[in-house]
Amino acid sequence: MNYTSKRKKTILSIFAIMIALLHFMPFYILITTALKAKGDFSSKWIFPTEINWVNFSEAWEKANLGNALMNTAIITFFAAILLIIVGSLAAYPLARRQTKLNKFMYMFFIAIMVVPPLAALVPLYQLVVSIGLMNTHEVAIFNNVASFLPLTIFLYAGFIRSTIPKSLEEAARIDGASTINIFFRIVFPLLKPVTASVLIIACVFIWNDYQFAIFFLQDKSVQTMTVALSGFFGENTNNLNLVASAALVAMTPMVILFLFLQKYFIKGLASGSVKG
Amino acid sequence: MGFKKARKNNLEQNSSLWWMYVPAFLFVAFFIVYPFINGIRISFTDWNGFSQSSNFVGIDQYTRMLTDPDTWLVVRNTLLYGIGSTVFQNVLGLAYALLLNQSIKFKAITRTIVYLPVIISPLIMGYIWYFFFAYQGGALNDVLIWLGMEPINALGNPDMNIWIIVFVNTFQFVGIAMIIYLAGLQSVSKDFYEAAEIDGASSFQQFKNITFPLLMPSITINMVINIIGGLKLFDVIVSLTGGGPGNASQSMSTFMYDLYFSRQDAGYAATQGVLMMVIILILSLSALVYFRRKEVEA
Repeated sequence: MNYTSKRKKTILSIFAIMIALLHFMPFYILITTALKAKGDFSSKWIFPTEINWVNFSEAWEKANLGNALMNTAIITFFAAILLIIVGSLAAYPLARRQTKLNKFMYMFFIAIMVVPPLAALVPLYQLVVSIGLMNTHEVAIFNNVASFLPLTIFLYAGFIRSTIPKSLEEAARIDGASTINIFFRIVFPLLKPVTASVLIIACVFIWNDYQFAIFFLQDKSVQTMTVALSGFFGENTNNLNLVASAALVAMTPMVILFLFLQKYFIKGLASGSVKG
Repeated sequence: MGFKKARKNNLEQNSSLWWMYVPAFLFVAFFIVYPFINGIRISFTDWNGFSQSSNFVGIDQYTRMLTDPDTWLVVRNTLLYGIGSTVFQNVLGLAYALLLNQSIKFKAITRTIVYLPVIISPLIMGYIWYFFFAYQGGALNDVLIWLGMEPINALGNPDMNIWIIVFVNTFQFVGIAMIIYLAGLQSVSKDFYEAAEIDGASSFQQFKNITFPLLMPSITINMVINIIGGLKLFDVIVSLTGGGPGNASQSMSTFMYDLYFSRQDAGYAATQGVLMMVIILILSLSALVYFRRKEVEA
């Protein structure tokens, strides 16, 4: 390594660490704000001399975060399970049987991907009210499942077509296994990489969902993290320290998960970002 | 017996197995297609959002929409959010990818920190930046005051807050663009650069003639993702400005929400929904056509 390229590398490394610091800055502000008491008017850039831990317990209780965490977990969990089962089941015939009906169906699901769910907000709201699902976990689960199904089917169908050999299923068929048996015992276990991606897409986008949740989950008992937080912000605009503590608590589970499973998150979200 | 079995197998081979996608079809039909069609019907009424009855008003809501100055303000904002975020995310994402593709120190940690906001709720991301830009006690004004300048109400100023929303959305999702570009860069063969080196090409010439053309697929996919994402912007606007002051920073999504829930103007909100659908369809279809053509060329 010669002298100039070594110097160039040092300069580029300094650039990299400056970018990292710049991108970390808002989180630093969040942390200092969250740790200060309401009356502490010192600059947000200065780390507090006295850490006010009581903010966290107060925010946890007043914003009802425990309950919100539970609701978010329930909705994400069941939506993910439904997406995986319903999505993989649907993708199998679409990938394997090229009949006219199936080709049309596949195009139908792909076309739905472009429809922004919010464009139909008014009639969707009317529908949810009329079938009595307002303020239930089910409404958030079903809406999220419907909105992520096309992407899930797209990912599963692509994977089945390109990586699962037909000979496996044909061998099982000769042995007399039924289609549903072949699917669950032979094909589904081989779909693990896509299942992992779908799981991560569900975890990030459904966990963080605000658009569906704010319309359909206004009752305190079913509120998710995002809805609880936006309500809490509205009530406490004069106490930003408390709001910051609540925001920090709300984002922590996903951040921890991300730091441990970074590789899977990046891969899963890259396949999911086709939908955006 | 043997004949029967063979016949059954044959039937299964030929069947379309359509029952396997019935559950998926029902979900999508019930929660997306049906509301969408019903929305077109509501857009021709004066429904207020809660009453049992409504009147058919023909194309009144559509003429109202086209003559409403708010419509054009909101469409302009939405396009600014979509196109502005797309430009910044791609330029920054590509720059970061080029830097972090070198064998330098801190590249793993920098990649992690730049990507981190992608997994955080956009609503929370908006609040985090609110603490930075807030007029009273915001981190930005702390600096301005320390420098002896006047504090600014950045989020209350319509000339500024639109760009702050673009900035926050860019900050949040630049990690995705960066990762897609990094993957694209890693698939470019080193042979090209070695050959260019021998021919005496400068680093800029190498970028212009090798890297950039070979990154075309990554560029187009990033464009499509970011445009669609930006056009649907909702959460960040709610947490940063609430669409204000007035309607100054509303996007089509927040405007529709406001019309329905605050102004009981459901018929008109549905009409705005149809317009949003048309705009997103036109933009994503043209992006797709462009994308396909590039694929053929490559």
